[in-house]
Amino acid sequence: MFKSKYDVVVVGGGPSGSMAAWEAAKGGASVCMLEKDRDIGYPVRCGEAAGESGLKQFVDIKDSWVAERITGAKLGSPSGKLVDVEFKSETGFILNRRVFDYDLSRYAANAGAEVYTKAYVKNISNANGQVNGVVLDYLGEEKKILAKIVIGADGLTSRVGRWAGMKTQVRMKDMESALQYSVSNIDIEPNKMIMYVGKNHAPGGYLWVFPKGDKFANIGIGISGKYSKHKSAKKFLDEFMEREYPDAAILTTMCGGVPCGKPMRNPVSDGLMLVGDAAHQINPMTGGGIVSGMKAGWIAGQVAAEAIIKENYSVKMLNNYSDAMWKAFGKNYERFYKIKEAVHNLSDEDLDYIAEQVLSIPHNKRTLSSVFKAAVFKKPALIIDVLKVFAGV
Amino acid sequence: MINIKENRCDYCGACVTVCPVDCIEVRESSIMIDHPVCIDCDLCVEICPIDVLASNV
Repeated sequence: MFKSKYDVVVVGGGPSGSMAAWEAAKGGASVCMLEKDRDIGYPVRCGEAAGESGLKQFVDIKDSWVAERITGAKLGSPSGKLVDVEFKSETGFILNRRVFDYDLSRYAANAGAEVYTKAYVKNISNANGQVNGVVLDYLGEEKKILAKIVIGADGLTSRVGRWAGMKTQVRMKDMESALQYSVSNIDIEPNKMIMYVGKNHAPGGYLWVFPKGDKFANIGIGISGKYSKHKSAKKFLDEFMEREYPDAAILTTMCGGVPCGKPMRNPVSDGLMLVGDAAHQINPMTGGGIVSGMKAGWIAGQVAAEAIIKENYSVKMLNNYSDAMWKAFGKNYERFYKIKEAVHNLSDEDLDYIAEQVLSIPHNKRTLSSVFKAAVFKKPALIIDVLKVFAGV
Repeated sequence: MINIKENRCDYCGACVTVCPVDCIEVRESSIMIDHPVCIDCDLCVEICPIDVLASNV
């Protein structure tokens, strides 16, 4: 059973929470991680794509985590043209999040963090304007745990930030309404991810087919909250399945929301840090947030351990996390947001035109940057945003 | 008043993130709306990927 007091309490046992708990424990803090579900890593609400180089920053990659290695992408235009592009340097993975998340929590536990499941945090406690613990339901009983620092890694259902007075509500246009099926019995090329764009496929988002081994894939969709009022993500995805994969067996249905705006600039207050989805740390162009969430958890855990040693849990101290996060990826994501806005302003005709231009380039010379070049030709303003990203300004 | 077709719900929490008045609570396998706090803005209805929520008019 957990104690009444820890240096650090982490709310949520996903990759961000486990990284935070792991780093804080490694740094000498007493740590307790609380997961609301009965299992770490389940249910999975994720397309499960992540880059190899991103993951390698933190862990040695285990074969059991990787369902498929991705070496290229097919981009589907509104009229259904598929533009095949090989990745030049990066290898992508489609992960088994059930196994991956579980192992990360084990790393945290092996470093000394205590982990509890079926532990639902229902409020935070304060003293003198400083967050100083959590209130939770655990196996039918209300419990209180005091903490010098609370790390909110509680994802989409996050209310930790709200209870602390942070503005965590996401605007509808920046929120993706997402749904995914894990399907079997489909003919699919391994090692290639497919992404369909256009208002007919997924307005304000994209539709993905991520292979996960023999005749198996994650097929999902995210559409902007701006468009989901009249036709839900489910209706779009079911139409696609009926058209492209009528014989597929749907083994799992999972849904979720993906905050695809800018990350929160300062996800900290006195005694509290938010990490991962809870702090909207998601690449707004791809909806991917595994690596950035891990990075934020990694930084937050280290800052927490340092804060414990220095006995300083003030927002000023915890801003070290916020600043490092912003340097690591926040600033780039802010720029990606601008590019996303510009790309979504392209009409379906523009997208089809770009697809045709790129298809006219020989396959062995086709790269993601040739897709960009064609897009820029159609929408010159894109180049300014793209240049800013690559120039790092 | 927002009506919940709970047997359809996946408890994903997309609704929680867009709620302007923080009146929705999602746990492992339950969803609750604090109706006196709810302002019937319908954003949760609009964002729900699988049409679990509907406004009762």
